[in-house]
Amino acid sequence: MPETATADAPQLLVELRGVGKSFNGLPVLADIDLTLEPGTVHALVGENGAGKSTLSKIISGVYSADTGQLLINGQEASFGSPREALAQGIATIAQELALVPELTVAENVFLGSEPRTLGWINRKKLRAAYAAIAESTGFDLPGDAVVGGLRTADQQKVEIMRALARGASLIIMDEPTAALSAHDTELLHGVVRRLAASGRTVLLISHFLGEVLELSDSVTILRDGRHIRTAQAADETESTLIESMLGRTLGSVFPDKTPHRADGEVVLSVRDLVAPGVYGVSFDVRAGEIVGLAGLVGAGRSEIAHAVFGAAPRNAGTVAIDGAETPNTIAGSLKRGIFLIPESRKDQGLVLGRPIRDNVTLSNMGQVAPRGWVSSGVERKASRTMLDRVTVAGDDRRAVSALSGGNQQKVLFGRALQGSRRLLIADEPTRGVDVGSRRAIYDLIVEQAQQGIGVLVISSDVEEVLGLAHRVLVIRSGQIVGEFAGDQLTEENIITAAFADPITNESQ
Amino acid sequence: MTNDTQLAPKPAASAPSTRSLPAVLKQVPWRSVAIVAPFLAVFIALAIGSPAFLSAQNIGNVLDRQSGILIVAAAATLVLIAGGIDLSVGATYMFTAVICGTIIVRVGGEAGAALGIIVGILAGLVVGLINGIISTYLKINPLIATLAMSFIILGATKLVSQFGKEGIGQIRVDFPEFRWLALTKPLGISLPTWIAFIVIVILGIVLWRTTFGRYVYAAGGNAEAARLAGIRVDGVRIATFAIAGTAAGLAGVIDLARTPSAPENDAIATTLTFTVLAGIVVGGTSILGGEGAIWRTVLGILFIAMLYNGFTLLRIDPLFQGIALGVIILVAVGFDAWSKFRRR
Repeated sequence: MPETATADAPQLLVELRGVGKSFNGLPVLADIDLTLEPGTVHALVGENGAGKSTLSKIISGVYSADTGQLLINGQEASFGSPREALAQGIATIAQELALVPELTVAENVFLGSEPRTLGWINRKKLRAAYAAIAESTGFDLPGDAVVGGLRTADQQKVEIMRALARGASLIIMDEPTAALSAHDTELLHGVVRRLAASGRTVLLISHFLGEVLELSDSVTILRDGRHIRTAQAADETESTLIESMLGRTLGSVFPDKTPHRADGEVVLSVRDLVAPGVYGVSFDVRAGEIVGLAGLVGAGRSEIAHAVFGAAPRNAGTVAIDGAETPNTIAGSLKRGIFLIPESRKDQGLVLGRPIRDNVTLSNMGQVAPRGWVSSGVERKASRTMLDRVTVAGDDRRAVSALSGGNQQKVLFGRALQGSRRLLIADEPTRGVDVGSRRAIYDLIVEQAQQGIGVLVISSDVEEVLGLAHRVLVIRSGQIVGEFAGDQLTEENIITAAFADPITNESQ
Repeated sequence: MTNDTQLAPKPAASAPSTRSLPAVLKQVPWRSVAIVAPFLAVFIALAIGSPAFLSAQNIGNVLDRQSGILIVAAAATLVLIAGGIDLSVGATYMFTAVICGTIIVRVGGEAGAALGIIVGILAGLVVGLINGIISTYLKINPLIATLAMSFIILGATKLVSQFGKEGIGQIRVDFPEFRWLALTKPLGISLPTWIAFIVIVILGIVLWRTTFGRYVYAAGGNAEAARLAGIRVDGVRIATFAIAGTAAGLAGVIDLARTPSAPENDAIATTLTFTVLAGIVVGGTSILGGEGAIWRTVLGILFIAMLYNGFTLLRIDPLFQGIALGVIILVAVGFDAWSKFRRR
């Protein structure tokens, strides 16, 4: 209905009272109190894993809270699905746009609520309704353009108009500018301001603190699933935000750092590497050195790992182990001693339906099975040796899916321990791993380095990178934007480099 | 059934057993033996219900007639475990029989028989390789790729058969130089049965005890993990298609020697493909890949054969055979889906 797109939109007051949420017994949100005033832009900031997405998904009906209340205009509400939230006027513009690329702009905006006459879509009414919405937002987008051919920024406009067409009064935007150019970002900022001016509420989730301060009226900081504070954006600065987002001390979860020899031989040497999501990256890793790759999710850290490992096409640049260039195949990399422990255990690491033993030996069948014949005794011994080194006990003929997350990760470390290895890449080594197993995995990483192997650790957890790495490279948009070691190796430096505003950066 | 408690992942290896079941029973992988119980039940029921069933002659006949299909099904199991599917095995089976028959008719004598057998089997290998390549490198979904291939092969079959027959009718190869393949009975068991037995044992061992077998499971269980572990997933899948094609070729040749005329009826090809898939699925091999075993497929195929044989012996209207088989497939696949769900 085009009427809903006019300036006097229905106002929606959304309040959270003591909201908490756990996944598999792990609390990700606890005791959140929040009020989203109509007609304002409210920003949600925090590190990866602080609970921003979970919180927004509770508001938008994807999840339901375990504890606490959600109040809409003072009435307690409980959404079973995003559809129910939408019926109350709450819509989400996700990072991954959900448009039908083959349809036109107008068709996408009114998808599922097309004006009909006797069951047929009424094109004339559709055009008129689209014109009304487009005018109210000020978007200059032809209604008959096919969405698949539009730029990302324009596709986001379509998403926003669709939300408005469905009568949305609270619009949740998750990293709306992450994929936008500086110019399009400015345009989107204008849209956000206009939405607020028309009485709607915008809940903005952003990693770009400059954007947050510029756009929002109030800011809520989350850390480890807890509500730190909500303040007027005018009273905050980037550094006060960062301070509160971190706000913790390094615990003793990490093993002592043993200094590596600064003049150690260079194990890995990457020069001007260009690959999907990687735009000209050069760095070295020395024997015994642990190098951390920090940055936000989607910054291109895993892409660098995959390109080094030969798992992604290399468009330009070289990767060398001990000075000799490595072939761009996984098998070639393994032979040269590179090993990758991938980001997602379940999707990229383990064959869950198979026994632990098969999973441990999967990359090393050449040693376990000479001439292609698996000798049960040899394999059992090899598997047991590796599992003992990574401290996984029990019968290794059990399905690997029966193990805890920590032990599954250790199985992958076990797989990586075999052969003549030179470089170990561990991508998010402790994701979904309980605190108890973390230390064991950190010990394994440190132990590898002490044995003279170069180690690359990728982690979204800055604390983890700091606790382990001798040197940290900060990645943003597929490039290295900062390198810190020694005294410079601080949380603040890393976070500042990782969060730096793309617009101010471009102008520098 | 006590399966539900067994299928769920054990909470922790070291946790003491709280259930009253003996530890030995807990070790039994229930899902993988699910086919055994119904197989034995039907076997015993038929042995009691029909005296003719348990005779050496009846059993021998069933095995002899199933030898071709067992060979194809054993090989096609590899394709499914590796994450593919081959709908063209039936067409390939007919195609190779016609090629073999045509060569025998045209060349004649022992040389013709030998050449026919070799070329027939090689034709199967070629079809399998094509299936593998188009469904991996060309990224066409194997279901569609092999469906399309089976139409192409069926057309090619008719093209070839024109050279093998005089006038209307089927290609007949009733020559002793060739038919020894089906008529010899070492140790009182027909040669086709022996060949099927050997193929099953070899493929079973390949899957169970070789690097390639491991890679087949990994490719189907988690292709991305297999790739990142350094396995050439496409190569593994192509190899499984090639093995299935070769097996279809071998089965086509053997059944040609048994009948001894080349079948030329698309329905025969389709039925063979369906029966092979039914046997694999009833045996408990997952259609989603990554799980399964050859011996289970063998039991699945023999289970279906036994059912059909039993219907005949008990003089039940054959109309019920199809209905019964359909219900059994649904139960088997439903069980598979359910047991996967339980593990989540």
